[in-house]
Amino acid sequence: MDEKRHIISILVENEFGSLSRIAGLFSARGYNIHCLNVAPTNDESISRMTLVTFCNDQKIKQLAKQLDKLIDVVNVKDLTEETHIEREMLLLKLKCNKNQRDEIKRLTDIFRARIIDVTDTTYTIELTGATEKILAFIESMGKIKIIEMVRSGTLGISRGIDSLENIK
Amino acid sequence: MKLSGSQIIIECLKKEGVEFIFGYPGGAVLHIYDALFGDKKIKHILTRHEQGATHAADGYARACGKPGVVLVTSGPGITNCVTGLATAHMDSVPMIIISGQVSREYVGSDAFQEADATGITRPVTKHNFLVDSRESIAEVFKKAFIIATTGRPGPVLIDIPKDLTDPKVKINFEHPKKVKLRSYKAPISESKSKIDEAAKLLASAKKPMVYAGGGVILGNAHKELAALVKNIGYPITNTLMGLGCYPATDNQFLGMLGMHGTYEANMAMHDCDVLLAVGARFDDRVTGDTSKFCPSAKIIHIDVDPSSISKIIEVDLSLVGETSKILRDLNKAVKPYLKNINKSALKRWWTQIDKWRTKKCLSYKKSKTIIKPQSVIETLYEITKGDAYVTSDVGQHQMWAAQYYKFDKPNRWINSGGLGTMGFGLPAAMGAQLAYPKSEVICVTGEASILMCIQELATCLQYRLPIKIITLNNRYMGMVRQWQEFFYEGRYAMSYMEAIPDFVQLASSFGHIGIKIEKPSELKSKLQEAMNLKDRLVFVDIITDQEENVYPMIKSGQAHNEMHLSPTGKDTELA
Ligand SMILES: Cc1ncc(C[n+]2csc(CCOP(=O)(O)OP(=O)(O)O)c2C)c(N)n1
Ligand SMILES: [Mg+2]
Repeated sequence: MDEKRHIISILVENEFGSLSRIAGLFSARGYNIHCLNVAPTNDESISRMTLVTFCNDQKIKQLAKQLDKLIDVVNVKDLTEETHIEREMLLLKLKCNKNQRDEIKRLTDIFRARIIDVTDTTYTIELTGATEKILAFIESMGKIKIIEMVRSGTLGISRGIDSLENIK
Repeated sequence: MKLSGSQIIIECLKKEGVEFIFGYPGGAVLHIYDALFGDKKIKHILTRHEQGATHAADGYARACGKPGVVLVTSGPGITNCVTGLATAHMDSVPMIIISGQVSREYVGSDAFQEADATGITRPVTKHNFLVDSRESIAEVFKKAFIIATTGRPGPVLIDIPKDLTDPKVKINFEHPKKVKLRSYKAPISESKSKIDEAAKLLASAKKPMVYAGGGVILGNAHKELAALVKNIGYPITNTLMGLGCYPATDNQFLGMLGMHGTYEANMAMHDCDVLLAVGARFDDRVTGDTSKFCPSAKIIHIDVDPSSISKIIEVDLSLVGETSKILRDLNKAVKPYLKNINKSALKRWWTQIDKWRTKKCLSYKKSKTIIKPQSVIETLYEITKGDAYVTSDVGQHQMWAAQYYKFDKPNRWINSGGLGTMGFGLPAAMGAQLAYPKSEVICVTGEASILMCIQELATCLQYRLPIKIITLNNRYMGMVRQWQEFFYEGRYAMSYMEAIPDFVQLASSFGHIGIKIEKPSELKSKLQEAMNLKDRLVFVDIITDQEENVYPMIKSGQAHNEMHLSPTGKDTELA
């Protein structure tokens, strides 16, 4: 069966060991984690994880059930099953000499990115967007030397009134 | 009431109705042991190894259904429990493990006897807790018992730093009536329409089969299962873990299925058109090659654990919830459809099954000169009238016990089915004997397995546990040797047991009675003699046929209808 990209949103109790339980489940059952993001939610006792994994249909169903079975997991959803919005943030530190500055400025404008730090020899750029846009921007750097690249991993939210935080 | 952390722990255990703690002391739990000292309500059973404590608590839980409780120290105390936890976790046994931890100020500093207990046990427990305050002890215990005993049961570990159990610091104690477990979901209950759909499908079968596993025993659903199966008149098979959940002596019972299952059970699985799976998880030892599993069957699966559904085999209809309730509802729902059952087709199906039965797949060559292992189990069955609690270790003896002891009641057959842990049998028998002091408890073992927890003979003496240890002594790691014979051209690498102890002397040095049996002619009388020693542990060392193999056998990658019934080869079709 074909492997597809899935964005899984997980609400977990903001407790000691929750993250390692989830990471442990992935490694013990042979699933990959392509990227992972964890941060508090509006309810401070709960954290939200968003992770991207590549799985076939049968495996993803099993994965969701296994996650749901963890005692710390409050709610799980495969966002890819419904209409949703994805964003990722990129921080890119570039080495640039004087004659590259215009080129970088131009690309930054095209992609609606922002220059957030400047030194004699570097530019640091911030970009938010869907993963494809992030990848396209990185690609567009061409010969410009990337000193450091930081990506937040994908964040996702469903469209409309739906909320993963609707829990009784 | 002002209590210390240690006293709170004891109080919580009492509130949960705990009668026994299986454990072993050490620095990090000395405060708790001190609080336990002289307690009248809770009896502490001192095993001789923490692994023994875990298996004993496990055997207790499997025999009586109540959670087994373990108390061990930090570091090596808890690491010695890992095998026992994994064993219980694989077979979904409710247990509470309390482990001491170094004081909070030392956690993370590689202190003496510090081990990351929650980290190490995370994959082998249903859940675990590291207690971080005195105030939360009672709540954590309450949660732990709920998690261990509800839904799909399992072991829960509570790791508690030593400073929290200090007798000098006391706080107000109130036992929580309720705890918040928002992320722990109670089993859902299925809709009427889905149950009705299942009932209809069940009644439409021409070649039905019921396949029931350990979930029926854990869910205390054997009565409901029997009621349904009797009502519809369908054939039923049990997994290794399910033995006893349906009476083995009933005519609708086809025996165990799977790798060493009966011919009739496996053939019926392969040919059936509707399969009702209850509290079973399609383990690879049961399914054989999954691509050839029940090729023409519509499958209905009843289970308390949603993640068991379609994990290995995609099923057509799933009913998730308490097994007993679903079986009761299904039995009610099936009544109006009983008239739809195709009686003549069902009769033809039973005729086919009876034909398979004539193969007598469990028959074996009798001998007058050497004791056949199968005959030992048959004789035990006769002597105990099928009513003993039988634990086992892992190997050929385990399979023979499962095949030849006909369990009519649940909780009587206690073995490590999922993890296959050698060393489980003797300590598990201790737990069963403590749960039922008046019942006959037998540990069927092999000369290799018994040595893995042999130290527990001392525990048995201390608490006067009159277990009967029946060792099928074939001077081989028999199951390993059988695989080497079949798959490695008879190269018996390390499967030969050299320097086997004299078990009679060994038993007597531990203060027990040892009996050796070598001749088939004295098998029954000597076994009877051992069983008659009601208040003593008897170690019966039985010298059995060394190269006997377990049949039937489905080799890996083969289907249910490709069984080997004898050394001469496959036996698919009935002549
Ligand atoms: C702890 C552990 N180690 C290794 C094994 C692998 N194993 C399975 S059966 C077996 C041999 C058991 O020999 P014995 O107890 O004499 O039983 P027999 O098969 O001869 O009846 C071994 C080593 C296991 N199941 N458990
Ligand atoms: Mg042996």
